[in-house]
Amino acid sequence: MHPALSVIIFTTATGAGYGLLIWSGLLSAFSATPAERVVALVTLGTALLLVTLGLLSSTLHLGRPERAWRALSQWRTSWLSREGLAAIATYVPATLLGLAWIVSPDPGLAAVLLGVMTACCAVVTIYCTAMIYASLKTVHQWRNQYVVPNYFALGLYCGALLFAALLHLLGHGQPLVDGVAAAAGLVALGGKLAYWRFIATTSHVSTPESATGLGGIGKVRLFEAPHTEENYLMREMGFTIARKHADKLRKLVVLALFGAPILLMLISLLLGGVAAAVVALIAVLSAGAGILVERWLFFAEAKHTVMLYYGARAA
Amino acid sequence: MTCLPEAVPGQKKLGLVIDLDTCVGCHACAVNCKEWNASGHSGPLTDYQNTSDGVWFNRVHTFEAGQGETSRTVNFPRSCLHCEEPACVTVCPTGASYKRAEDGIVLVNAETCIGCKLCSWACPYGAREFDEDDGVMKKCTLCVDKIYNDNLPEADRVPACVATCPSHARHFGDLGDPNSDVSILVAERGGYELMPELGYKPVNRYLPPRPRKNGPPPPSAASSSSCGSDETISLLDLAMKKPDGKGSAFLRWADRVLSR
Ligand code: SF4
Ligand code: SF4
Repeated sequence: MHPALSVIIFTTATGAGYGLLIWSGLLSAFSATPAERVVALVTLGTALLLVTLGLLSSTLHLGRPERAWRALSQWRTSWLSREGLAAIATYVPATLLGLAWIVSPDPGLAAVLLGVMTACCAVVTIYCTAMIYASLKTVHQWRNQYVVPNYFALGLYCGALLFAALLHLLGHGQPLVDGVAAAAGLVALGGKLAYWRFIATTSHVSTPESATGLGGIGKVRLFEAPHTEENYLMREMGFTIARKHADKLRKLVVLALFGAPILLMLISLLLGGVAAAVVALIAVLSAGAGILVERWLFFAEAKHTVMLYYGARAA
Repeated sequence: MTCLPEAVPGQKKLGLVIDLDTCVGCHACAVNCKEWNASGHSGPLTDYQNTSDGVWFNRVHTFEAGQGETSRTVNFPRSCLHCEEPACVTVCPTGASYKRAEDGIVLVNAETCIGCKLCSWACPYGAREFDEDDGVMKKCTLCVDKIYNDNLPEADRVPACVATCPSHARHFGDLGDPNSDVSILVAERGGYELMPELGYKPVNRYLPPRPRKNGPPPPSAASSSSCGSDETISLLDLAMKKPDGKGSAFLRWADRVLSR
């Protein structure tokens, strides 16, 4: 599948944003003291900024962005519609939570309720985003049991890295948070490795034989394509990446998204102070580059059944 | 509304039956489809230009099935199958994609489509093409603006592809009615669905090539001298085959560029 930049930014920025929103909501709900008022507000604000950027980026993918509001109407059947609604709904408790912290240094029960609601809405939104892909029967690399857990793990991991870095920057660095971020990274890495193994060892049930119904005669090969120029289908659905290039990029993901940030988190856990803030910031930047490559691969390595009509042996 | 209409027994299901035995691969159906639809319900349809892909609702592939003398070369027109369980409709966030309750035709409302392209991702058969000039998705309408058109003589109220096919390889009718001509044809000829394993329940049916008149030659006759090969051949393989031949440097270069 064609890796469109707008969609890559949409899924990564909202993933990290909702991940951060979950951690920030939980902080407000369960541990924030008046001294951490600034922390609560800054993490909340950063999360909403990321989410908003991601959502705006998604509209760039549309042929008719001015009609984007129409996408909210079909929540009964469409995961994309549900995602849009959940994303907008999340702004309500998140904004109220911000207001609560602004008007009161110690919002108490309000922070508990709104924090939990914000986190829950963010969880639902991440789930809807993942299901846009995981519900498509046409793409084997998306419709499998690894995709939803991966979206959650990566969202929570990126959110945790941001959370830890912001804490350090605000002088509230906490070893526990650094440790949680590193642990989340390990979990996400495990999920990604399992996913890669799955797509390497399995393929779509459909074949050129079932796509044409000519399997009874024998193996089916494309003899002549219907057109000589690339069409929309080939550009959108026919994007392929050579094995050797994919391997290189996967190594880059393991290093930039997981290896380096996890290590840096452990270092900042031990350091503390300004040094820890710098180290955590580098971890965030590295993971930021890594997650873009990871998401690019998620699209580039996905194969669509329509290519069975254009000479692909498997999907 | 992207909820599917409720299935009722005896439901009218308009669709096509495509005869792979008689299709000669002339592309007349594709051309007449483009001709009609460029000015109809979905018109204008963009054409090949610098920035936009040509949008066609009907594409004619040619496949080779089997090996040696038993192999067959089969022309294979591909268009929307007006599925009974079309995920292209249910994934649509706007309701622009819908399946008509009265005849099962799957359509896109160009007034409300936001061009998110998700429906084209959800269609296994590649039946939807994005119109870059209009910013909306387009697809086969089963010539909804022709088959119900009272201004046309009754005999002309069939989809453009069916009307134009010179080898009578395309048939149109109600596949929900077991006694219709098309249903009888499907029953007689063993018409089948494409990718039934995906559960989209396409309405259109394909009629398989008939067995050869003088019977298939014994399998042993399928010797190595046959045409066609199982191997996929890369440009580099070709270059390797004639290491010093003319053009091998070009092939190597092309392979390098392509595998970048
Ligand atoms: S063939 Fe594709 S576009 Fe047509 S109804 Fe089926 S899923 Fe939808
Ligand atoms: S491209 Fe248009 S018709 Fe297709 S899913 Fe998006 S809004 Fe619906």
